[in-house]
Amino acid sequence: MKKYSAFYGVPYIIWLILFVIAPLVLIAYQSFFTIGGQMSWANYQTYFHSGTYLRMTLNSIWYAFVITLLTLVISYPTAYILNQTRHKQLWLLLIILPTWINLLLKAYAFIGIFSQNGAINHFLRFIGIGPQQLLFTNTSFVLVAAYIEIPFMILPIFNAIAELNPSLINASRDLGATNWQTFSKVIFPLTLNGVKTGIQTVFIPSLSLFMLTRLIGGNKVITLGTAIEQHFLVTQNWGMGSTIGVVLILAMVLIMFVTGERRKRGGDK
Amino acid sequence: MANTIIKFNGVEKRYGDTVSLKKIDFELEQGKFYTLLGPSGCGKTTILRILAGFTDASAGTVTFKGKRINDLPANQRKINTVFQDYALFPHLNVYDNVAFGLVLKKTTKTVIKQKVSEALRLVRLSGYAEREINELSGGQQQRVAIARAIVNEPEVLLLDEPLSALDAKLRTAMQVELRQLQQRLGITFLFVTHDQGEALAMSDEIFVMNNGEILQQGSPVAIYDEPINHFVANFIGESNIVKGKMVADHQVEFVHQCFECVDAGMRPNEPVEVVLRPEDLDLTSVDQGNLVVTVDTQVFRGSIYGIMSHDHAGNHWLIHSVHQSTVGRQVGIYFEPEDIHVMRYGESEAEFDARLEQYEGEADEKI
Ligand SMILES: Nc1ncnc2c1ncn2[C@@H]1O[C@H](COP(=O)(O)OP(=O)(O)OP(=O)(O)O)[C@@H](O)[C@H]1O
Ligand SMILES: [Mg+2]
Repeated sequence: MKKYSAFYGVPYIIWLILFVIAPLVLIAYQSFFTIGGQMSWANYQTYFHSGTYLRMTLNSIWYAFVITLLTLVISYPTAYILNQTRHKQLWLLLIILPTWINLLLKAYAFIGIFSQNGAINHFLRFIGIGPQQLLFTNTSFVLVAAYIEIPFMILPIFNAIAELNPSLINASRDLGATNWQTFSKVIFPLTLNGVKTGIQTVFIPSLSLFMLTRLIGGNKVITLGTAIEQHFLVTQNWGMGSTIGVVLILAMVLIMFVTGERRKRGGDK
Repeated sequence: MANTIIKFNGVEKRYGDTVSLKKIDFELEQGKFYTLLGPSGCGKTTILRILAGFTDASAGTVTFKGKRINDLPANQRKINTVFQDYALFPHLNVYDNVAFGLVLKKTTKTVIKQKVSEALRLVRLSGYAEREINELSGGQQQRVAIARAIVNEPEVLLLDEPLSALDAKLRTAMQVELRQLQQRLGITFLFVTHDQGEALAMSDEIFVMNNGEILQQGSPVAIYDEPINHFVANFIGESNIVKGKMVADHQVEFVHQCFECVDAGMRPNEPVEVVLRPEDLDLTSVDQGNLVVTVDTQVFRGSIYGIMSHDHAGNHWLIHSVHQSTVGRQVGIYFEPEDIHVMRYGESEAEFDARLEQYEGEADEKI
């Protein structure tokens, strides 16, 4: 038994080493080299002493937070209602479907929709408000990002709600709880793990969205993702790019830790 | 009835094409212990779910103290439930599970504390208050479920097989506890079980169900002594059931012999079924017996022997005897006229009651 499971693990371990551990080590290694090629802490010093980078960091965190919050507020009720419907798997499929479309294609589609001659401005003109600048605004950036992330939030919450034993809801009602009390005391605490997973899968990628900040946000918001891209592709300062990468990775680890499942021991209150 | 608290009037439940309950009528009096007894899938849980408000009746009315409650939400009914699957909240510990209802009622902390520990003491789980639910055994979880419901002291308590996961000793202890609690607080209990011994031991009234119908309602003694049909006779206790013929009032023929009995009110020569309980059959010698049988097997059951035998017509007879017999030997079995219970084919409970009233009335007139 033991031998077999170790054997089947080999491809996975190879994959892990080649595509997860090696890149991480390379990034960490790169981050200690200045653009001149010396090995030092210089990149980290620059990062933590430069107002620009810190502002970018805050920006990234703030926008990731807003995007995550918006996604959560939309996704939780959606997942809940979806679970009540008769053909819930079908509805779920329809919500997941857009994730199969390439991100770039979706971004361009939104450029079309939000542009001066796009569908929304046509409509605004039609109802008499007149055309507005929609593209390249922070709002449109947040909206599109939320739109793209929503399926990743809905899925874990949907599963958590689907796993909920309906008897528990009956029990709560039986003991006198109103709908709201049942939600806050039973349903939400029991689906919290789904919410946490959703937050992880949305917040972390949202920290480094660079394509959307450029295509939809018009680079008004510079996030860490944009900075990395610029360092690697434009200024060729791989060391600095890697440093920001390391910071992002550490931030992700922190998020995972904060939202991660902690074993609840008996008697902790 | 004077103190009717709950009434089912023509209640039906259908799931699509399947009928789970067919026209259920019953009344529950305040402060009594009722038991729903029936085989798996007969609709016991469905009745509780309709009463608690978790599902709607497809037809009929449910009344609570004279008021129709079909549309009253579950949280506004003064009814609590012990769920068949316990339905304990996995994210709360034992204390918080039991306190759940009291907290919602905004009871003060000290009162909650006292009531919860009292309830836990009653189910023999003092000292388990701080445990998480997943750290309890099945039987312990079941007792937490009982504590969580009784702590609210509802007017009506619905218990869906609340003792099914307990060992025999704890089960008997909990039966006594529940019965005492019920009598002390005057709560109306509707108890579900498929253990007939438990039903007989605890109930004021038993409803015997099968296939979504209530076949018979009555006190444990009445149901045991006068089952209305084959199903009830077989389901409650062990029975010897043989085919027979009602020759005349108080005269029944079976195994080609005519016996005196106490039943009457049937057509002459009507085919019937005859029930004789194994403990009512006494072993005697061949010449003193009403019937002669041959012993096939004998099983020691602790306090008695269970003796299987057959007569010359091929009927099987189970006899409970404190004395041993010998396999293969011919013995006589003796019974009194009162031990014979005659059942008509297809007689409903209402018809049975009417017939009983009629011939008992006639008997009274004769006196
Ligand atoms: N949600 C449902 N959909 C369809 N049929 C159902 C549903 N719930 C119950 N039934 C059917 O209704 C019938 C009665 O079910 P119920 O749960 O009341 O049985 P029960 O007497 O409690 O059985 P047990 O002793 O096994 O708990 C069963 O045949 C069951 O299959
Ligand atoms: Mg049941």
